[in-house]
Amino acid sequence: MTQDTARVVRRALVLVVALAGCSGDAPATGTTLAQIRARGEIQWAADLQGGEPYTYEDPADPTHVIGFEVDIMDAIARRLGVRSHMVQYNWSNLVPSLERGDFDIAMNGLEATGERQQRILLSQPYFVYAEVLAVRADSPVRSLFELSGKRVATLNQTFAHDILRMIPSIEPVLYEGNDEPYRDLEQHRVDGVLLDNIIADRYGCNSKHPRIKCLQPEVARGTYVIGIRKNDGELQHALDDALAAMRADGELEKILRKWNLWDARQLDAPPVAATETRGRDFDGGMLWQFVSAAGVTLELTLLAFLLAVPIGLVLAIARVYGGGIVGGCARAYIELFRGTPVLLQLFVLYYGLAPYYSLGPMTAAVLGLGLNYGAYEAEVYRGALLAIPRGQTEAAQALGLSPAQTLWHVLLPQSLRLALPPMTNDFVSLLKDSSLVSVITVIELTKRMTIAAVDMRGWLVPGIACAVMYLALSFPLSELARRLERRLARDPRPQAL
Amino acid sequence: MIRVRKLSKRHGATVVLRDVDADVERGETIAIVGPSGGGKSTLLRCLNFLERFDEGEIEIARIKLAATTRYEGELLQLRARVGMVFQQFNLFPHLTALDNITLAPRVVRRIERSAAERRARELLARVGLADRAGAYPHELSGGQQQRVAIARALAQDPEVLLFDEPTSALDPEMRDEVMGVIRDLAATGMTMLVVTHEMQFASDIASRVWVIDRGTIAEDGAPATVIAEPKTEVAREYFRRQRGSMSR
Repeated sequence: MTQDTARVVRRALVLVVALAGCSGDAPATGTTLAQIRARGEIQWAADLQGGEPYTYEDPADPTHVIGFEVDIMDAIARRLGVRSHMVQYNWSNLVPSLERGDFDIAMNGLEATGERQQRILLSQPYFVYAEVLAVRADSPVRSLFELSGKRVATLNQTFAHDILRMIPSIEPVLYEGNDEPYRDLEQHRVDGVLLDNIIADRYGCNSKHPRIKCLQPEVARGTYVIGIRKNDGELQHALDDALAAMRADGELEKILRKWNLWDARQLDAPPVAATETRGRDFDGGMLWQFVSAAGVTLELTLLAFLLAVPIGLVLAIARVYGGGIVGGCARAYIELFRGTPVLLQLFVLYYGLAPYYSLGPMTAAVLGLGLNYGAYEAEVYRGALLAIPRGQTEAAQALGLSPAQTLWHVLLPQSLRLALPPMTNDFVSLLKDSSLVSVITVIELTKRMTIAAVDMRGWLVPGIACAVMYLALSFPLSELARRLERRLARDPRPQAL
Repeated sequence: MIRVRKLSKRHGATVVLRDVDADVERGETIAIVGPSGGGKSTLLRCLNFLERFDEGEIEIARIKLAATTRYEGELLQLRARVGMVFQQFNLFPHLTALDNITLAPRVVRRIERSAAERRARELLARVGLADRAGAYPHELSGGQQQRVAIARALAQDPEVLLFDEPTSALDPEMRDEVMGVIRDLAATGMTMLVVTHEMQFASDIASRVWVIDRGTIAEDGAPATVIAEPKTEVAREYFRRQRGSMSR
């Protein structure tokens, strides 16, 4: 690197750091409690995807949000003399968004951990849960330690995830929804599920799922608490007073009984769980994790593209030369796969298809991305085929070439050259779209970055590392395509204007 | 060699060819002339079935074509026996001159590469391009491209060669080299039909001249007769205009 470029890079980095610094604005002045009173409303954040019984849409009236947390918050708000107003936030972002001041408090199965205590204030517990390990009914496993070397499912950023990471030989598999881990346990895609007993009781350990058993004794015990911003001690006291009063006059027990959540554990809340409170550094181990995640991204992209190209070719040929029925089928395929989100297609392939045919996460990811991109490639090749002058086909026909020979020897080689720039485009775009497959538990580069960001308590370093890796993958690919293009272009001069 | 009976073709309401009857003997060279839009190119393209027709029948190189003919083995045989040279050359831009010529022999007739290349080099020498075998079309002048196209058509060992305005897309100084090649071919006794606007060329090479106008053969006879003493008004008018443009 020359001195000049080094200087430019350094300046760009300074700019990035400066911009990142700007985003950490402090919340508006005045204590949150005073604002709540003035507003007459307490805004609390939860994620409806957390599902029943926490905070979820009423199946009888989806405009209505219900759950035991809704009932508890209604009671607290009443005791504070204000209205309760729930706002939807992605669960993984509850704490960062709270810190940013997007809402007053976060309340959604937030476990009291030492790590969280470092960042935000925690209220007194409103629920005592147990971490429960579920395995298949025919499994000989009796404790977490026997799952060494196996895949164990849990939700991202939960206390259960912290527990799994304390046993390095276990491979944690991260999910966003409550139901999927147990379905994948039944499908043999994972060998155990470690989650809170509320989730375990409803989604795995009950008579509806005879192929799953939940092990006794429970792995750990913890509490759900309300998250409050660091400087809102006043609000913390108000909430704690309200919760203590609800405990004393039996309202909390009444609510938990109504939701069938009351048990002996509620009488004996454990202390805040000790978890590692210091963020990880970007060390050699993490660098290696990034490199292997980049390997997964590259493998996914290459395999999916290798699938997309032949699919696209067949579809394009079917559309251009197939006539009514064949061309119509090709068009239907293209409209279906191009007109629906690839995320949906991945869900259907991985979870929707599972009861009939269980695909591995990598297979489903390659298949999903390949089928989807095949539709885009088809239109690229169709455009390229149509751009070749008619005289080429006529010359080939006059020479006695059959339609297949004309296609193979005359039209396809020429359309490849025309298709190469848009194909390169699609390839780079696929490289980035491959991050979507984290929804079916594949840990690729972007997912690795979000995990690292949580571990390191910051987005900047993992973000830059992630960006550098994507560029390191995409740049050589576009360079390769450029060279190929130049080799194919017999007359590389652009047309004069 | 060629027999055309009651050949008709329409584009919607427009009649392009109307009940055309024609015969060509082996070794004849026919110059096809006439005003633009008269149906010259269409007739030529019907002869090797690049274009379908609506009524009538064609027998060419012992192969019978009718309006109902589908794409089958017979058609492939027809294309093997009838070569075509286009106004825009239509060389394959991704192949060298040599590969343009050997493609059909290798792919259609399954001739070995070495044999096909030996023959292709002979043909290139014959059209005066022995040293340009490795050139891509964009590296050749228009006249050179058209000569490669002629060599490509000859590589099929056709019994009939069709030329669709072979010099119209060329600058005047390149026409001579192409016309020279066609002239030499005529001398070898190849059966040829040439659509052209070059009157001198037509009278030099043709055994007969057809004047085609509004979908019919208006005049058919030896060049000396047809060009010097046209019987129809349309032919007189056409030749007068051609001479006018030549003298300019």
